Amino acid sequence: MGEVIVITSGKGGVGKTTTTANVSTGLASMGNKVVMIDTDIGLRNLDVVMGLENRIVYDIVDVTNGNCRLKQALIKDRRLDNLFLLPAAQTKDKTAVSPEQMKELVKTLKKEFDYIIIDCPAGIEQGFKNAIAAAERAIVVTNPEVSAVRDADRIIGLLEAAELREPMLVINRLRPEMVKRGDMMNIFDVEDILAVKILGVVPEDESIVVSTNRGEPAVLDMSSRAGQAYRNIVKRITGEDVPLMNLEAADGFITRIKKLFGVK
Amino acid sequence: MAMLDFINRILGKESQSSKSVAKERLRLVLVHDRASISPHLLNALKEDLIKVISEYMEIDQSALEVNLNSEDNSVALIANIPVIKMKRNYAEQPETNQPTAS
Repeated sequence: MGEVIVITSGKGGVGKTTTTANVSTGLASMGNKVVMIDTDIGLRNLDVVMGLENRIVYDIVDVTNGNCRLKQALIKDRRLDNLFLLPAAQTKDKTAVSPEQMKELVKTLKKEFDYIIIDCPAGIEQGFKNAIAAAERAIVVTNPEVSAVRDADRIIGLLEAAELREPMLVINRLRPEMVKRGDMMNIFDVEDILAVKILGVVPEDESIVVSTNRGEPAVLDMSSRAGQAYRNIVKRITGEDVPLMNLEAADGFITRIKKLFGVK
Repeated sequence: MAMLDFINRILGKESQSSKSVAKERLRLVLVHDRASISPHLLNALKEDLIKVISEYMEIDQSALEVNLNSEDNSVALIANIPVIKMKRNYAEQPETNQPTAS
């Protein structure tokens, strides 16, 4: 039986879809059979991030409405034979699927896949409820800035209310040089505020933009820092104990001068 | 601006790093978010307060108010609890409900 993980955040633009694409691709590259479900109906994007936008024939609403069989709607990845995408519908709205239909769908997929990764839409309305309905674990993506952390806190509360306890936190788009000069919250600040387990930290990295441009997840790019962070996250999901990447290099010049003079 | 920041930093004049400001603001806003999202929490607290205080004094439960008030950089739990009567000799007679033997 497969494991069902929802990737959510509350706030938009923090990197849910990027995380879904990279985590799923990473899990598949380790030999697991993985399916991604895009539940962002009306604003689908996982297909373009994965570079699979030209292969879509049917979507999730076609499946739940019975217009096609589930197998027909699953798109096989271009690179990995054991990775599939169930795309969101682009023309319908988020009420086109119900939580019960999601549960039914996931139940079928669990029989065949090792991991079912659900990409959740932003917000806390129907789309969010659909996305978490069938999940067994949750990954909350946030950025080290006030609005994203605040929304993450709200989402963690809602997940707990839905019996999805102990969500795992991914801090995305961390900028080590800003952390170093005290202008960005660090891992421990965010962990302290949200009081949840950190699954991983992904540095801000231009290679993410490049890989999204190309439709190729950074996790497969061995030279990408963010890709390395995602590879570590994938290993942790499978139960491996991998230490957090060292993003904060030695103190900068100014910090050292200030320390020398005892200035805080 | 960047130069000014730089000089300030060298001289240690920056009042507070923007990270600590962010953290402090988040801490305060989350106290309110969590309390208002789960009114259940304040209600449960209210019931427990009544239970504890009633052991020591008689209070007007209907007029009891419990709220979170925020000042500039702190949040306080403010409880307004009208007292009707103090219980007498609490320490000496812990079991006041027990009928006394004649």
